[in-house]
Amino acid sequence: MTAMQKLLQLPVNAVNMVKTVQSQVQGQEEDKSPVLTPDSGQQAWYSALQPDELRHLRSGGTGGGGGGGGGGGDQEERAPLEEGGGSGGGSSFQTQPLRHDDLKEMLDSNKDSLKLEAMKRIVAMIARGKNASDLFPAVVKNVACKNIEVKKLVYVYLVRYAEEQQDLALLSISTFQRGLKDPNQLIRASALRVLSSIRVTIIVPIMMLAIKEAASDMSPYVRKTAAHAIPKLYSLDPEQKDQLIEVIEKLLADKTTLVAGSVVMAFEEVCPERIDLIHKNYRKLCNLLIDVEEWGQVVIINMLTRYARTQFLNPNINESLLEEGGSGDKTFYGSDEDEDEDEEEKEKKAEVAAMAKRKPYVMDPDHRLLLRNTKPLLQSRNAAVVMAVAQLYFHLAPKAEVGVIAKALVRLLRSHSEVQYVVLQNVATMSIKRRGMFEPYLKSFYIRSTDPTQIKVLKLEVLTNLANETNISTILREFQTYIKSMDKDFVAATIQAIGRCATNISEVRDTCLNGLVQLLSNRDELVVAESVVVIKKLLQMQPEKHSDIIKHMAKLTDNIQVPMARASILWLIGEYCEHVPKIAPDVLRKMAKSFTNEEDIVKLQIINLAAKLYLTNSKQTKLLTQYVLNLAKYDQNYDIRDRARFIRQLIVPTEKSGALSKYAKKLFLALKPAPVLESPFKDRDHFQLGSLSHLLNAKAGGYQELPDWPEAAPDPSVRNVEVKESVFTLLERVTTLTSVPEWTKCSSREKRKEKKVEKPFYTDSEGESGPTESADSESDSATGSESSSGSEESGSGSESEESKEASESEEEEEEEEEEEKKKKKKDLKKPVQESESEQSSEEEERKHQRKSKPRKSESESESDEDEESESESSQSESEDSESEAEVKKKKKPAESKPPPKPVKKESKKEKKEMSLLDLDDFEPAPSPQVTPVNTFLSNSLVTDLEGLSLSDSVLSPATIAPSSTLKSYELLHRITGEGLSVEYCFSRQPFSPDANMVAVQMQFTNNASSDTKNLHIEDVKLQSGMRVKEFPEIELLPAGETATAVMGIDFCDSTQAANFQLCTHTRKFFVSIQPPVGELMRPVFLTENEFKKEQGQLMGMNEITEKLTLDVKCRNEHTIVQRVTTAANLSRVPCGSDKECRFAGRTVTSGSLVLVTVATKEEGAAQLTVNCEKMVIGTMLVKDILQALTQ
Amino acid sequence: MIHSLFLINHLGDIFLEKHWKSVISRSVCDYFFEAREKAVDPENVPPVLQTPHHYLISIYRGKLFFLSVIQTEVPPLFVIEFLHRVADTFQDYFGECSESVISDNLVIVYELLEEMLDNGFPLATESNVLKEMIRPPNILRSVVNTLTGGSNVGETLPQGQLSNIPWRRAGVKYANNEAYFDVTEEIDAIVDKSGTTVSAEIQGVIEACVKLSGMPDLTMSFMNPRLLDDVSFHPCVRFRRWESERVLSFIPPDGNFTLMTYHISSQNLVAIPVYVKQSINFFEAGSCGRLDITIGPKQTMGKTVEDLKVTIHMPKAVLNANLTATQGNYTYDCTTKMLVWDIGKLNPQKLPNLRGSLSMQTGVPNPEENPSLNIDLKIQQLAISGLKVSRLDMYGEKYKPFKGVKYVTKAGKFQVRT
Repeated sequence: MTAMQKLLQLPVNAVNMVKTVQSQVQGQEEDKSPVLTPDSGQQAWYSALQPDELRHLRSGGTGGGGGGGGGGGDQEERAPLEEGGGSGGGSSFQTQPLRHDDLKEMLDSNKDSLKLEAMKRIVAMIARGKNASDLFPAVVKNVACKNIEVKKLVYVYLVRYAEEQQDLALLSISTFQRGLKDPNQLIRASALRVLSSIRVTIIVPIMMLAIKEAASDMSPYVRKTAAHAIPKLYSLDPEQKDQLIEVIEKLLADKTTLVAGSVVMAFEEVCPERIDLIHKNYRKLCNLLIDVEEWGQVVIINMLTRYARTQFLNPNINESLLEEGGSGDKTFYGSDEDEDEDEEEKEKKAEVAAMAKRKPYVMDPDHRLLLRNTKPLLQSRNAAVVMAVAQLYFHLAPKAEVGVIAKALVRLLRSHSEVQYVVLQNVATMSIKRRGMFEPYLKSFYIRSTDPTQIKVLKLEVLTNLANETNISTILREFQTYIKSMDKDFVAATIQAIGRCATNISEVRDTCLNGLVQLLSNRDELVVAESVVVIKKLLQMQPEKHSDIIKHMAKLTDNIQVPMARASILWLIGEYCEHVPKIAPDVLRKMAKSFTNEEDIVKLQIINLAAKLYLTNSKQTKLLTQYVLNLAKYDQNYDIRDRARFIRQLIVPTEKSGALSKYAKKLFLALKPAPVLESPFKDRDHFQLGSLSHLLNAKAGGYQELPDWPEAAPDPSVRNVEVKESVFTLLERVTTLTSVPEWTKCSSREKRKEKKVEKPFYTDSEGESGPTESADSESDSATGSESSSGSEESGSGSESEESKEASESEEEEEEEEEEEKKKKKKDLKKPVQESESEQSSEEEERKHQRKSKPRKSESESESDEDEESESESSQSESEDSESEAEVKKKKKPAESKPPPKPVKKESKKEKKEMSLLDLDDFEPAPSPQVTPVNTFLSNSLVTDLEGLSLSDSVLSPATIAPSSTLKSYELLHRITGEGLSVEYCFSRQPFSPDANMVAVQMQFTNNASSDTKNLHIEDVKLQSGMRVKEFPEIELLPAGETATAVMGIDFCDSTQAANFQLCTHTRKFFVSIQPPVGELMRPVFLTENEFKKEQGQLMGMNEITEKLTLDVKCRNEHTIVQRVTTAANLSRVPCGSDKECRFAGRTVTSGSLVLVTVATKEEGAAQLTVNCEKMVIGTMLVKDILQALTQ
Repeated sequence: MIHSLFLINHLGDIFLEKHWKSVISRSVCDYFFEAREKAVDPENVPPVLQTPHHYLISIYRGKLFFLSVIQTEVPPLFVIEFLHRVADTFQDYFGECSESVISDNLVIVYELLEEMLDNGFPLATESNVLKEMIRPPNILRSVVNTLTGGSNVGETLPQGQLSNIPWRRAGVKYANNEAYFDVTEEIDAIVDKSGTTVSAEIQGVIEACVKLSGMPDLTMSFMNPRLLDDVSFHPCVRFRRWESERVLSFIPPDGNFTLMTYHISSQNLVAIPVYVKQSINFFEAGSCGRLDITIGPKQTMGKTVEDLKVTIHMPKAVLNANLTATQGNYTYDCTTKMLVWDIGKLNPQKLPNLRGSLSMQTGVPNPEENPSLNIDLKIQQLAISGLKVSRLDMYGEKYKPFKGVKYVTKAGKFQVRT
């Protein structure tokens, strides 16, 4: 019985219940089958049914013509469907009761193939929208069928019809309930999925219970299903909201990528207003985001956009103030303002920059985190994800950074036309606010004759928005080709676009106008009409210049029939009748003639024209006006009658007419402001971009408003994550501490980042997860989230970025954070004796303390967070140590800093810290070192704690301060360098641009009184094969300042020096860098067995052994490890014996293995063995390590 | 999210409906049919429609409309992208996405839809995961199934959903381990009347067919990765590695997939492989027109241009065409007004030419606009951007795979204005 088959077996009594129902319905079959189990020896019944079966088989076969089981049924099914038509199932159902009897019989048979055939036909009926509800009793009992496909199809049926047949549906519930307890996670998940999909109100409590249980299931997949079930239950019974929110809160804390997307979805559907639930999970969601499946990413990003809007400050606050001030009066006299807009913008930018300097806006690190973690998703293949990131950047990023989304959005324009449609809508909105962003991509919006009209119109919109003085000529040339298009709607839109360009950019107004006037002689009436309307708007801006155009248009009244165009012409003539005094009365005459046949808008304009002429030229037009008004008086349309009455009162003075008629001229011939041709997309951005509401420009149901930025940022500490958990994970980590100590892995992981070792990550994790899969899938998914993102991604990426960003003050904080961790470590002792509750209360206390120093706590919890998200699994040590490694690296640049606060407690970690300290500065702690080898929990804990307490008194703060964690060498003395001094050290970090290079970190100090400029490297002289990757030129090093830069050198696994010239703007200095042999390698992680195997292959010539007597201070394992790792960039290899220390590494260039073994004996005697393919390296390394160990 | 899905053929018949929440009457589609009537072309139906109680989001693929019914706010692209994914899955399963094929496999389609969405939220959309649960039909299996009563539902439970590499199924085994990569570049260009390029961009895509056993970890590097500044990746590609080293490092899905797409924008110089000399004139007198088109090679990097084809959508007034082609054949469809000139291989020594007269409807004024020319072409063994794969390494497995890369350049939306 496969796992799936175990799912949902009906208990016997349930089957019988169905059976009784069935028998009531049919009342005939009792004698046939008292029990449904097929393997209980019902041979007689089976054979009795045989003839029937054959009949079914035959009927199915003939229909399909041998085309396969499923096909056969479908073929047969299709004919009646077409007869039945769309009128629903009712009629067709009545016409074929016989067929349904067939199906029932087939379902009652005990042969799976028959059942399957029947179910397939039933599902086909459902798919076509036909009613199959009368089959419910017959179908539901097959929920216990062993055949998976039958079962699946029964589920489909059940979910579709359970709502209609609630009582019968209840019969299946117990099956699902049993499924919920199955040891197989997939079966549990599937049971929950079907159970929650059945919309039967009676089972709400059962569903609630099931969801609650599943939410704390071991398997993340089941938890995911639980998250999916939440909105289902909510829609069924909104009363459950409070309870559901509890479950959501719980699931939000989940750390697996599998769950994250689904639970945020549930959050959005059930309680989008409870933004407070997100606080604690914010950083985690940001960090997990890249590994969440694409649909989840969309939901999370949209939610986080809203969240960020409530929690952070507007990064463009200065700029937006300016913008408002600048554009306030622009709306009315847009033309004048536009001319110098570019300059203005530049000014604005300058001002913003100035302002930013004066009053610096500091972005919340969490805000930055969000922006940083979403950016890579612009590369997603899923358009929805790209759009989600784009809108996030548009709404949240500082103006300078928004530009990155343009490229990605333009890329989407190649996609399906529906995608294009949505993207263009959003681009249109964005291009109004941030025109500069899309300007470089202008050509991507050019229109092809093959584009669908709706796409063309949108592209036109974007092109119009992007038009400015510099590109208007090219855009107009494009427009000219568009006007010739066959697609008339598109031509009309183009004419409008030209009009808008003309209003916005005054230089081209005349050109545009001339072009449009030419269009007036176009053959197509639509084109002409559109041109008239646009010209009318344009003429309003400067009518006096263009009386000839008005005349020209007056002539058009004879030909143009489009009402809007006629109305526009009439309005124009009336408005500017003094410019065309001779023509206007004649036009009115013609219009009076055809008045009764005109459309309403034209009639209104005729009345207007008449009134205006009457006021200016009453001699000629008095009678005509009277005539028109009389016609209008009896018009069918009340608007027109009203207007006529109103105007008559105004313009024809009688005794009764009031004071108003005196002002008639002023009323009618007032100067009217020119209309502003605005984009229909203006101000659409108050809707969240990418949303349905934005697209429709109307609020859709369930739309969550995008909140405005807060005035002042709410307390950022709400996002700090509680420490409690991390302590537990720490505890967990200690318990799971196996033969490999954390810190040896640490370096090895770095190595793994570089390159895949023989045994790669994936196979590794697979092997591990194999046996534990069903029991503990969390561990496997945790490693997985890691491996899928790629170790190098999470590792090196964050490293480089963080180290860049980490300011010195942050480093300090890091150290303090370390202390905190140490405290926590110390607490570990307590769980041994004390109860947990005590511990957690203490934890809380500490939290309070921390809150009082917000800055510190911030940084702390951030990295706590990192740690937590990674450290769920048993493999956590490696990750964890990675973050430590980061910490270490961050410390390095901080050399010059004074030591932080006196450290009270020493910890295991602190010692790790020192393992990289330079020997000269290091006073070895005589504390017993942690023996990581084969220690049990208690053992390691005790040693750990001993370390904690003992070191307290021994180590002075000064030694702990990370002064010169790496040995630095002088490259240029300040005297020879005329004030410029340069030191370098080997940072031991992977050099990211080229993995084959050794990273050399250089520190430039300008001791001179004048600035040094243009620091760069020239004239590199190298041995053959060597390569150098220069650091980016340092443009300015002010007097007294220090700068660091990293360069990469490929030494080709030799200790030959790299010679080059260090140039400033005035001088050149010859310098050379010679690496110690220990820096030519990078650590690699090996297991004990691998180590032995590799060592076995590197015997003979490749092995160098040396006997030595250890230095007195250097007789414990810990110091040995320290000294060796200081001398050479190697990583520790776990070892079964405490008499031996093993290390492994690979040379940076060729990747040759370097294995080092130090075997200690009594009285400080020891033996050093180095195995390396490269004998030169081996010999030199032996020498170096010997020196390190004996001095 | 997605409430219901209706599949509608080009005649306007609903031939499949699926509801993920409560049932919505198919009468909701009437709003869609109305919009469909209004838009002359099926392509012009707005993808998003608003009805009093619902929102309809539809896509048009393979002469079918996929119409989804939405009740609340949801990002429209989310739905559109998902619907396309559904169509892709059908394509993947049945080889094509048409009404007949869907009707023939109604049950599989229904099972697929059931797995792809849960309560309207996408659940399993990776083709590898789906194929583990529901096997795609093939002739052999359907014969076997009829005989044995077997099914096309997977016997084992799919592990893919649980794994952190959901795109790859576990335990893949091949006798021949092969990895093929097709680098296909399409030139989108607009060339104006005088022959100057108005805009030109390259859309590149690397399609892969990877049949490798176990869990291979591949690394692909390029000779000139700097060309690629606008890319999108299959989720398997490690983005950070790309950022730092400009190599593609990934654990491939099993079978066919799109590894990456890239876009070389109009800011870069794009080589245009052919030039077109054309003149199309319509004369008022005699109601006829002249047409003369010559095509020659421009920047082909020494390769031959194949499958050359010119398509012209003539104005309505053109009744017939009487032309002679020095190479290839031409056809003119009077109803759709499409003139297609199939040239084939381009011979640089003897340039293909098409000339002759067009007969026009009498009494109808001349069309003002000239039709634009759409050009199709293909160049084998060349990526016009100059992109080259320098090497492909495999880690994680012991065997030596067979690797191959193929380059093709095609014309995408290549349009010559007249």
